[in-house]
Amino acid sequence: MVTQVKGHWLGAGLLCLSWWLPGVAMAVALSVTDDRGEILSFERAPQRIVSLLPSLTETVCALGECQRLVGVDRYSNFPAVVQRLPKLGGGMDPSIEAVVALRPDVVLMARSASGVDQLINLGVKVLVLEPKTEADLKRVWLTLGQLLQVNNAPGVWQSMEADVAAVANAMPASAKGQRVYFEVSPGPYAASEASFMGQNLARLGFKNIVPAQWGPFPKLNPEFVVRANPDLILVGEGSAEALRQRPGWSTLRALREQRVCVFTPAQADVLVRPSPRRAEAARLILDCWARLERPPS
Amino acid sequence: MKAFLIKLSLIKFSLGWRWLLIGLCLVIGLVLIGLCVGSAGFETGLVDPRIVWEIRLPRTLGAWAAGALLGLAGALAQGLFRNPLADPYLLGSASGASLGVALALAAVGVRQAHFWFHLGLTGAAFVGALSAVWLTLVLSRGVAQTLRLLLSGVVVGVVLGAATQGVLWVAPESLQTLQAFILGSTAFVGWSAVWMMLGVGLPCIAVAVLLSKFLDGLSLGDDTAMSLGLRVVPLRWTLLAVLALCTATAVSQTGLIAFVGLAAPHLVRALVKTTHRLGLVLSSLAGGILLLAADILARGLIAPQELPVGILTAVLGGLYLLWLMHQGAMRLETGS
Repeated sequence: MVTQVKGHWLGAGLLCLSWWLPGVAMAVALSVTDDRGEILSFERAPQRIVSLLPSLTETVCALGECQRLVGVDRYSNFPAVVQRLPKLGGGMDPSIEAVVALRPDVVLMARSASGVDQLINLGVKVLVLEPKTEADLKRVWLTLGQLLQVNNAPGVWQSMEADVAAVANAMPASAKGQRVYFEVSPGPYAASEASFMGQNLARLGFKNIVPAQWGPFPKLNPEFVVRANPDLILVGEGSAEALRQRPGWSTLRALREQRVCVFTPAQADVLVRPSPRRAEAARLILDCWARLERPPS
Repeated sequence: MKAFLIKLSLIKFSLGWRWLLIGLCLVIGLVLIGLCVGSAGFETGLVDPRIVWEIRLPRTLGAWAAGALLGLAGALAQGLFRNPLADPYLLGSASGASLGVALALAAVGVRQAHFWFHLGLTGAAFVGALSAVWLTLVLSRGVAQTLRLLLSGVVVGVVLGAATQGVLWVAPESLQTLQAFILGSTAFVGWSAVWMMLGVGLPCIAVAVLLSKFLDGLSLGDDTAMSLGLRVVPLRWTLLAVLALCTATAVSQTGLIAFVGLAAPHLVRALVKTTHRLGLVLSSLAGGILLLAADILARGLIAPQELPVGILTAVLGGLYLLWLMHQGAMRLETGS
């Protein structure tokens, strides 16, 4: 190699120049910053990716790079193709051995995940990203777009934004200012204005009965919901039936007038998961509202 | 001398009854406070009567009843095993009850508030609790050796707790419901749960009080109890069944709430020296007061958000037991 370069001064000069001119060289180092503030450098865009968070799995696939995934966590279930990939445990209990055995170029993990340090010590590159809000989602989208060297990731983001805006515009005026309660689990824990789906609801013109300052998923006194008497209740299939049986809840206007949107687990994933399927989430709510508004025939 | 002893026992007797009266007043006071504490914190003004009647009153009475059941179970356990550390949790009965509920929930799925659903859950919890106590007793080969008994209880508790986690793992769709249950919650206690707990609790306390002479005899040892003509084996099993039923009913309605069963009998013993008859009643009263106070705090401290009540009972009960231990150590040091 050295003698070859010695014999081709012109080539060597060009090679040197190429190091100084980013964009000209073929092997530009690629670096991205993750949510820990760590800067990770790659010689080329990672080809073998492990994702241990469903929303990150969805983001990689929405960027059109699903084929680069070689393994996912057990909760990643969308799009359907990822269900055929090796399951590597959950974010809190990943199988470190199985992850390492796949020889990934990068592992995408949540900030709250376990095993980050172990993987790093084993020489695996770990990119920590945790989308929780719309702003996070955009940041994660752009970071992953840069890492995977997806052309026009910012442009695709713009068009997804436009889709969400279109659904919001299609929302009937009757929905504006309607007071809504989104129960995420029967604690009861609610999704407040600060949560991802809370932001989505606000975008559609609804007014959340749970304000942002209580944190994204506060545990409420059920009496609060009864007194707030929301106009619309959004709830998962699992707890929908039990709502009416709760002490005092049968008096709720939304329950009396059946103004309840009940979601299947798959639909709840779309609503709750901070993933690029925001327009679909908005459409789910729009469809439910349209069904409720339709006069009974 | 004899007259003096009789007088002394009379004083103690009346002291116990005085505490019973104080306890009852405390319960009434706490119930009244409970009616005023809701999602807006403490409020004295006019509140929609339906909120008070349908939410606050059953929740308040339910918290008291669940605490009373746990307090009674704790007093029974400590009397039956002549051990101040015996508690529905340390004997494995609470973890058995929760495994029963977990299996029932995994089988039925959705949590409903029907009376029959509550009855079914209570049944499952009772079978679980009784099996767990039986398992503990088999492992410890009877109740003769305290250390063996407590160790068996801890082992059974851990293994059944792991089994509950296993049920969660197999049926993750019941995770949310079960999680609320494992944390312990009084948030959704309605009238059906109250009737269930009172319906079980009152006969239980009646049976326990009727058989309290047996516990008095037992405190002198099995042999002495037998020589007093008490039929130790069947009586012990009867009271064990009452213990399991009390624990199971409380656990099936409010989930796992720690420390009430352990702390309530200690609180009573620290206040008054009395026979088991009054001790059992006072313990259930104290257990109810403890849990009701914790529930009021859970509702009121960060209203309209809520703290999990199980965390508060663990903190309150744990701190109290620590203080009691500290006091005991002080007393030993000063030699009094």
